[in-house]
Amino acid sequence: MLNLWFQDELYLRIGQASIAGVFALLVVFLVHWQSIRLEKEIVIAVLRSLIQITLVGSVLIYVLTAQSWLGVLILAAMILSAAFTAARRTKEIPGSMRATFFAILLGSGSVIGVMTFLGVIQWEISSLLPVGSMIISGGMNSCALALDRFKGEIDSHVGHIEAGLCLGASSREVVKPYVRKSFQASLIPRINSMRSLGIVWIPGIMSGMLLAGSDPIYAALYQFVVMAMLFVASSLSSLISILLVRKYIFSEAEQLILRPEGDY
Amino acid sequence: MQSVESPSIILKVENLTRQIDGSKIIDDLSISIKKGEVWVVIGPSGAGKSTFLRLLNRLDEPQGGKIWFHDQDAATLPPQELRSRIGLVLQEANLFPGTVKSNIEFGPQQKGLTLSQEAVEQLLGQVGLIGFADRDVRNLSGGEAQRVSLARTLANSPEILLLDEPTSALDDGSKQEIEELVTSIIREKQITCLMVTHDIQQAIRIATHAMILDKGKLINYGAVGEVLDA
Repeated sequence: MLNLWFQDELYLRIGQASIAGVFALLVVFLVHWQSIRLEKEIVIAVLRSLIQITLVGSVLIYVLTAQSWLGVLILAAMILSAAFTAARRTKEIPGSMRATFFAILLGSGSVIGVMTFLGVIQWEISSLLPVGSMIISGGMNSCALALDRFKGEIDSHVGHIEAGLCLGASSREVVKPYVRKSFQASLIPRINSMRSLGIVWIPGIMSGMLLAGSDPIYAALYQFVVMAMLFVASSLSSLISILLVRKYIFSEAEQLILRPEGDY
Repeated sequence: MQSVESPSIILKVENLTRQIDGSKIIDDLSISIKKGEVWVVIGPSGAGKSTFLRLLNRLDEPQGGKIWFHDQDAATLPPQELRSRIGLVLQEANLFPGTVKSNIEFGPQQKGLTLSQEAVEQLLGQVGLIGFADRDVRNLSGGEAQRVSLARTLANSPEILLLDEPTSALDDGSKQEIEELVTSIIREKQITCLMVTHDIQQAIRIATHAMILDKGKLINYGAVGEVLDA
């Protein structure tokens, strides 16, 4: 229908983005109606994503023809930014930013490094940057989910944790069930994506390769490669972030530092 | 290393201070506890009673002062060892998911020890829960859960038992049962005990000594009769 109204492609795309944005903003009314208190965060996220991707889109064509080393620098900056984003929801956790930075660096960074070295990811910036950014994004989301869940588990089990400490257990022992639950919860979206791959959704890389004329089998195999890399990076980032934070929430004398607000 | 004056003093607290956001929860508290004494810690809500016990167990860290356990600075002991030797029973039972037996076995397992079936039954016998070993903790009443909480602390054979209002969350019937149980266990084992309570009558029935806290300060202490008659 938009095609009939807008002949110029620029206006057509702006129209498409506006409609998608309005739909996204409908969620704001939904959360306001249910008193979920996420309105501001949703509005900022929608606007940020629009501005960021437009800016990136306008320079990407130049970046994608640059030297590969520039891609490495951009990926490093992405890791830093991803660490900030992943730690935002769990600011109360001491050292959460440090934990997400090292988790994404080691989890996503190692996957990108090893896969590029082995030639699974092409060293060309046009391959390194999009695939690398996906892997970093996967690590970021898993870290955020893991830490959010971990904090929730700790907040609601302070009594059990301190009961365990009182009986002479180590901090590592008393949070073991919550480490396990948080790790599991953070991987559910990734496992669901793997399970439903090709049935519920056909991801962008595969669609792009098919449209560019690739053999469907080659496109499918590369999509699997990307999914597997995402899964490994997400798992490693999630686990590393929880294990680091597990250390930070206790003092040297194994006293629980992280407590729900107002609880002493 | 400093040594305590008398060999019978098991715990000596010197100028203990704990503050949160600038306000003193425990304020320059000093006291000596002799082996086998049973102390009640009395005071209004917010007096710092629970915090005092948490500091003794090193669940919280003091900003000032020292705690001597036997003749050793408690801060130099590994926290896990200290906590198993100075056992703390919290207000809420907070049993771990699983069976009564798995809860009882938890403490010794942390030291690499395995309790025999007889030892588990003996501990359950002491708290009046014979035959409860394989019960799921979800099926216990409040009083039963608090008994299991007491039994799992005793499973560590602590030298000092700290009880933070273990009957506060219970109904009157269960409260009396737990109180009788605690009294019989500390007498039988001749265990040094510090118990937080709001209940003066309970204090008189159980304790040999009492201390009164208010706004984190030690207001009065001594033999229970003297302190509570004052």
